[in-house]
Amino acid sequence: MATVALSTAHPAPRLAAWRRFCRHRLALAGALTIVLLVLASAFGPYLLPFDDTYIDIMKRFAPPLSGAHILGTDELGRDVLARLMMGARVSLSIGFVAMVIAMVVGIVVGAFAGFYGGVVGAVLMRLVDAVLCFPTIFLLLALAALTEPGFATTTVLIAATAWMWVARVVEAQVRSLREREFAVAALAFGSSNLRIMFRELVPNAMAPILVAATLNVAKAILLESYLSYLGYGIQPPAASLGNMLNNAQIYLTSAPWLAIAPGIVITLAVTSFNFLGDGLRDALDPRMNIP
Amino acid sequence: MARYVLNRLAQAVIMLVIVSAIGFALLHLAPGGPLSQFAASAQMTQEDLDRVSRQLGLDRPLPIQYLDWFGRMLKGDWGKSYRDGEAVLSVISSHLGATLELMTTATIIAVLLGCWIGILGALRRYSLFDSLATVGAMIALSIPTFWFGLVTIYVFSVTLGWLPAGNRETVGDGSFLDLLHHLIAPAMVLGLVETAMWGRFMRSSMLEVINQDYIRTARAKGMPEWRILTVHALRNALLPMITVAGLQFPTLLGGALVTETVFTWPGMGRLFLDSIGYRDYPVVMGILMFSAIMVLIGSLLADILYAVVDPRIRVG
Repeated sequence: MATVALSTAHPAPRLAAWRRFCRHRLALAGALTIVLLVLASAFGPYLLPFDDTYIDIMKRFAPPLSGAHILGTDELGRDVLARLMMGARVSLSIGFVAMVIAMVVGIVVGAFAGFYGGVVGAVLMRLVDAVLCFPTIFLLLALAALTEPGFATTTVLIAATAWMWVARVVEAQVRSLREREFAVAALAFGSSNLRIMFRELVPNAMAPILVAATLNVAKAILLESYLSYLGYGIQPPAASLGNMLNNAQIYLTSAPWLAIAPGIVITLAVTSFNFLGDGLRDALDPRMNIP
Repeated sequence: MARYVLNRLAQAVIMLVIVSAIGFALLHLAPGGPLSQFAASAQMTQEDLDRVSRQLGLDRPLPIQYLDWFGRMLKGDWGKSYRDGEAVLSVISSHLGATLELMTTATIIAVLLGCWIGILGALRRYSLFDSLATVGAMIALSIPTFWFGLVTIYVFSVTLGWLPAGNRETVGDGSFLDLLHHLIAPAMVLGLVETAMWGRFMRSSMLEVINQDYIRTARAKGMPEWRILTVHALRNALLPMITVAGLQFPTLLGGALVTETVFTWPGMGRLFLDSIGYRDYPVVMGILMFSAIMVLIGSLLADILYAVVDPRIRVG
């Protein structure tokens, strides 16, 4: 009883954050869209009678809503909807995995730079600045040209060009949290530096880290689409949202639907993660309430 | 002021050294390293490769090689293209004009349109216009540039037939109107993301300024609203946009690369992709370094310019 009364008088911070998040309708819509996209790419392929790589040369360029193929077929007679769902599966997976790698690298670099400061911090953060000097797509393509394309390399390369933003966020947080009483107390208890960094400081910086992670997924999906569109990401016959647009330009006049569907799904996915990140920022950090 | 500029210059030089070290490391990561061109040809034996390696000084310790390479970079010797043996810097400079033309036009569109949208959004906060602009900006930032290019080509070139589907000029024409006609679509596509960025930054900068005390003071003095906006608010709200211009530069360059690909625009981005296709590593690395240096210079200029117009920066 007491807890109920308490929570109505002073809503717990988490509850308040949840309420603020729910007020952000676009973020909710984004979250819902992401859930739908994940479900469709996870289970959708099993519901279709067509395989995403099945070639039916007699049925090339079937327009959408003509017969069995809901979204039509491509230049090899493959079902566009099946490829779209498999492509979304690949692209979303790359987005998530690349985000996780970028977060780990970014958090470690940011925590060390922010905690130790001085020469270590300066060297690490100048390295971050230096990598940021290279326009992302140029760096990504140059690295891709040096490696064998595929799922793993694409993911790692995207992470390699995305961790710097996380490092900056974490460094700033850790640098200011380091001076707070709880960190000093942990030091007085005799906790090791590593323990203070990763058990005390980083968990207290979780809100901005979560926002950065969400925006990072959006960025990674977008980068995958650029890389695969330009031919250096996921290689056919495997589908990804980006490489489905690879040939679309050639058939723009005769089969525009090949270009439209994947582009809409990419935009939808990236917009959703961006709105979700925005909503999380508003919900978790009331001070930054300038949308 | 001089101290600030010198300080900032020193930082830029340090950054240049780190950036070049990254570039050098990438060059050595290339399959076969700097020797890949020779290693690819079947007639070269291992002995030949060793000899070439000695001639090029590749048997020396890496730090020495780096210093040598860095020195040659400073002198303007960026190596030769594998494709036609032309000097890398002259290959780049022959493609730079087209890219700058595209980037400048897109930036002009973005600054005018973005600032207008941002200012109006801030003045009428939470109005229908503001909400639409905020959502629109977020979608614009999420659309893959190349896809927006494809849609533009489909609508304006394939369906309506108003604009050419690519290239910088019609062969044999090349008049000003012809160039302009070709420029519209790619500049619009590249300008979209930029406009969204400028709009968002302008809006938050304007919001910050119009809530300041001196604006309230001006209003209390009975100053007309248009004068408050133009003389007091806008002047201060536009200042941080200089930093935005510097920060935006890498994104702008990256966007130009993608736009050039879709519209077969003969610029640096297009050259970069072609060179990757040919495994022309000297040109690839040259453009990578060149773009990073452009970004460095861009942020240096933005910082110095900001210090010139806003004295608060120099002291702090």
